[in-house]
Amino acid sequence: MGAGADARTTAGLETGVACRSLLMEMDWQAFALSLRLATVTTAILLAIAVPLAALLVLGRSRWLAALEALATLPMVLPPTVLGFFLLVLLGPRTAVGRGITALLGHPLAFSFNGLVVGSVIYSLPFAVQPLVAGFASVDTALVDAARLLGAGPVRVVTSILVPLARRSLLAAIVLSFLHTIGEFGVVLMLGGDIPGSTRTLSIVLYNQVENFDYAAANRTAAILLGMSVVALALIYSNAQRHGGASKTQERGARRA
Amino acid sequence: MRKGTGARPKRKSAERAVLEFSLDARRGSFHLQVECAFHSDWTVVFGPSGSGKSTLLRLLAGLDRPIRGRIALNSRTLTDTAIGLHLAPGRRSTALVAQQPALFPHLSVAANVAYGLRGLDHATRAARVEEMLALAGATDLAGRRPQELSGGEAQRVALARALAPAPRLLLLDEPFSALDGVASDALLERLQLWLRKNAVQAVMATHDVTDALATSAEVLLLREGRVIALGPAAQVLAAERERIALRLRTI
Repeated sequence: MGAGADARTTAGLETGVACRSLLMEMDWQAFALSLRLATVTTAILLAIAVPLAALLVLGRSRWLAALEALATLPMVLPPTVLGFFLLVLLGPRTAVGRGITALLGHPLAFSFNGLVVGSVIYSLPFAVQPLVAGFASVDTALVDAARLLGAGPVRVVTSILVPLARRSLLAAIVLSFLHTIGEFGVVLMLGGDIPGSTRTLSIVLYNQVENFDYAAANRTAAILLGMSVVALALIYSNAQRHGGASKTQERGARRA
Repeated sequence: MRKGTGARPKRKSAERAVLEFSLDARRGSFHLQVECAFHSDWTVVFGPSGSGKSTLLRLLAGLDRPIRGRIALNSRTLTDTAIGLHLAPGRRSTALVAQQPALFPHLSVAANVAYGLRGLDHATRAARVEEMLALAGATDLAGRRPQELSGGEAQRVALARALAPAPRLLLLDEPFSALDGVASDALLERLQLWLRKNAVQAVMATHDVTDALATSAEVLLLREGRVIALGPAAQVLAAERERIALRLRTI
């Protein structure tokens, strides 16, 4: 029994040491940068994706199919290709790049803001697709009713589509966030590897593996994995709570 | 019979609400082609299912656009394809109560009724909601959620919600199908009284001949997207006597 307790203490100590070393040797700068990038990107994506998804669902123009294809393109495009295009576009060779440089005083490429631009484009489909699916599942009779009662497009979206598709909204937020945390190709192409500015966790992981520092790589990978698991657990527990409640209500209504 | 209606406005006062439309519209393979003027403050669009009643009402409400056509309410043009005019559904002073109540499931009954009341202060809005719920016989439902309502209750709330913003034209698409006969008759009577008092013109689509006979001053008989007849209920429905007699016998 004494030996067991000892073993437990030792194991506890070892875990403690491992945790401490994980915390001490973590690249907190990269961690914070990844979080910041993902937060800013998600916020911008929501501001773009909600109106875009509403337009795709409610609009009548025949150009919408092309627009939807364009919004889905980053999903199938290799990230390095996207990163390369953006690097060229935002660089000094194009009028756009020169214009932005003149405006900001520095080029967008190899800067945090450049990463934000790349991340927004790269994760756009992951914000738009769940919202399109969610908005499309809202009964069109409800949209008609709102329009008849004088609601314009903005009010239809904010008072009907978004509240009725809030699970899709949550999915869009979490997917955009995680997709941005995990992106690598675009960041490497467009941002390079500047500590505190463009060196995100996934770049740190790559560097660690390249240096054969597998222990450190393990820690970084564990952090990335942990963040994904926690975020997904959040979505699903939330979906279960809300979904469970609304399903019960629906069943009750059907019975009535 | 359509010619006969031309004389009707002379008997009515000049300020009487008039709804005129000439429409050419397609919905899938269905083709609606109608040209009418309603002079009565309560008109019934009567016809079997698939005759184009709902399509006509959706066009009048502005939810769908015709290929060609014009709609005017009280001499105000709502739709005119010739000049590319199409007022949004919320800008036509027109309300539609569809067969499906389509209440907003995330809002309470009171909030549903208040949805169309914007720019009013809280007290005015609450009073209006109360008035509308009372008219529809749904006062005690105010705090409930749409999921907790029966089909008939939901239809009452949908009516209250549609009338709250004070429309000039009320379109009813078999609105009381889920209410039993007695409740439906009582509600219709109260509704007609209220509409007359507030000078609101109503158009009700139905395939039920008893509804058509009970409520109407004027009936538009529709079949396969074409106007068969327009005129006083008894007169128009007499033309359908054979079919109606058959139906009444089965009732």
